[in-house]
Amino acid sequence: MSEKAAMSGETAMSEKAALSELPPTSELLRLHELTRYFDLGKGQRIHAVDHVSLSIDKGQVLGLVGESGSGKSTLGKTLLGLHDKTAGSVTFQGEVLPTRYRAADFRRMAPLMQMVFQDPYSSLNPRMTVGEIIAESTRLGVRRSAAAVRDDVATWLERVGLSAGHASRYPHEFSGGQRQRIGIARALIMEPEFVVCDEPISALDVSVQAQVVNLLNDLKHQMGLTMLFIAHDLSMVRYISERMAVMYLGSLVEVGPAADVYFTPRHPYTEILIASNPEPDPGVERKRLSTPIQGDIPSPVNVGIGCRFAGRCPKVMPVCRDVTPQLLPLVDEDRLVACHLYH
Amino acid sequence: MTALLEVEDLRVEFDTYGGTVKAVRGVGFHVDAGQTLAIVGESGCGKSVAMQAVMGLTPSPPGRITSGSARLRGKEFLGQRRVDGKSVCGDEIGMIFQDASSSMNPTMRIGDQIAETLVVHRGYSPAKAFTAAIELLEQVRIPDAARRARQYPFEFSGGMLQRAMIAVAIACRPAVLIADEPTTALDVTIQAQILDLLKQLQQETGMAIVLITHDLAVVARMADQVSVMYAGQIAESGTVDDLFYRSAHPYTLGLKKAVPSTRLGEDHPLQAIPGSPPDLFAPPVGCAYCARCEFAMRICASDDPPPFQVNENHVSRCWLQHSQVNKAVPGLYRQTFDAADEHTEAQP
Repeated sequence: MSEKAAMSGETAMSEKAALSELPPTSELLRLHELTRYFDLGKGQRIHAVDHVSLSIDKGQVLGLVGESGSGKSTLGKTLLGLHDKTAGSVTFQGEVLPTRYRAADFRRMAPLMQMVFQDPYSSLNPRMTVGEIIAESTRLGVRRSAAAVRDDVATWLERVGLSAGHASRYPHEFSGGQRQRIGIARALIMEPEFVVCDEPISALDVSVQAQVVNLLNDLKHQMGLTMLFIAHDLSMVRYISERMAVMYLGSLVEVGPAADVYFTPRHPYTEILIASNPEPDPGVERKRLSTPIQGDIPSPVNVGIGCRFAGRCPKVMPVCRDVTPQLLPLVDEDRLVACHLYH
Repeated sequence: MTALLEVEDLRVEFDTYGGTVKAVRGVGFHVDAGQTLAIVGESGCGKSVAMQAVMGLTPSPPGRITSGSARLRGKEFLGQRRVDGKSVCGDEIGMIFQDASSSMNPTMRIGDQIAETLVVHRGYSPAKAFTAAIELLEQVRIPDAARRARQYPFEFSGGMLQRAMIAVAIACRPAVLIADEPTTALDVTIQAQILDLLKQLQQETGMAIVLITHDLAVVARMADQVSVMYAGQIAESGTVDDLFYRSAHPYTLGLKKAVPSTRLGEDHPLQAIPGSPPDLFAPPVGCAYCARCEFAMRICASDDPPPFQVNENHVSRCWLQHSQVNKAVPGLYRQTFDAADEHTEAQP
């Protein structure tokens, strides 16, 4: 625990101390064998999310990384009920959520679980004012007076670094970073327990990325927010999350404390992913060897048995092609790895 | 020695309903054969506009190149279609873009799109050009090139499409390849492949690469020289080591502090650069970065800093580099120009 606190910087450390006075970390969300397939017809089926089991503790940020097409976003959407579940279950605060959401389920769950989307341009309705966009979800819960909602919107605009006067403007009047702040305000105005941030920074410039990440970090500490932070920028995920999960072709290959996964990856895929991540340091980059992996992520249509990474894995063994590895804990280490090298 | 590609004092403006946007305000750089120049900057800083102007792709109207010079091997070509009897665009200078899927024609076979360049610029027959296209696909490491050349863009993955676009750009063996955010839309693994490919092609052909990006890690991996652009100007330029280890402009420092460290135990809290870039309808009188700069001085608001020579080939447009400024800025590299030293030297 102390090591983790040291990893997430000074500010986090004091907050951590405050958090640790709360009762010991409790599980907020558990995915059990969560599966989402998309049928294409003619016996073709996309294994977007395939038997993913995962748990997130209260107040924790779990970073989810993987290449595009690995099912990260589908996982986020399925666990929020935006996609129906093909199989498996999601348990939230001890309650098993329905496989298929109905309107009433959305009404009930939306104030508790929210989402920040990747593209700040297409995720805000251009015909609604910023005030209307942010206030929209407040209509779900208990009816409140227009004045109270207006006050809430103003508070939230200020909390995300905009000003109350911006409520009457339209999304097109804002820059990408400001729009992402609006998206964050919209997700957090109901003070949810849990937020899925689906690549919230990848459309933004470097200096603005830092602004948004710092904002999320502050809000997390102020509200004790639990987050699933989906991204492909490994260094940023490492910075913001306590735990990191690596996804490949619909299934998890490694889960563990973010810094451990980043600095001592165990699964060959994680190793390659991290070795491909360039560092902002020319001295290090000059020593870097050539590309460690060839080829693209294979198609997730009709995935067979065996390890999904076997085709690209530099350490592949015969068993990898015949037996699907399970995500199992390593001995003496807080780490789950799905690889035959370790089991 | 004249550089392969030299650009000086380039200025580009756009007329809009809201007034004239001064998108590029006096940009200059040069790059030699076999070298990579990275142009770093945030969106809207004018990096792409400057490159379009060099390529002669500025949409006009509303765009206007108001001044400047661009020379290839010493020959002026700015605003001209041809230099040395070859066309600038596609023949002498190749260009690749960020979004390969929207840059390729979805209704043409990949091989035909590559061949088109050779038919237009080299006068090849379509059949000969298609054979050459297959060789080019092999050169960009696309397996099974002959079959792939007959496929359409939708049958290619993002990384493969980016390779195909590189094949189009290098078809005529250009002297300079301009890569505009070539890997921004790609995953890290594919990004590593594409960057490696660019490096290998550069070694094989000796072309110069101008890499436009906002990703400092990509810069560290690829560049020999770096120019940092801000609000239509070059804020700082120098070798890649100068920029990373001896940053001499607060904006460069700010960019560095805004990305998380990738080293164990070297964590620093992320420092965002407050505010946003200035409005280029009416660029500020003084330094463009002044409003966001934590080290701003009085002069910064009133006078635009000239380029200061920090070291050989290392230039920073910042008043903090002025010899009379005595302000200690943590992490900011300065030519140790000490008035006291001069004094002692003068005494004996």
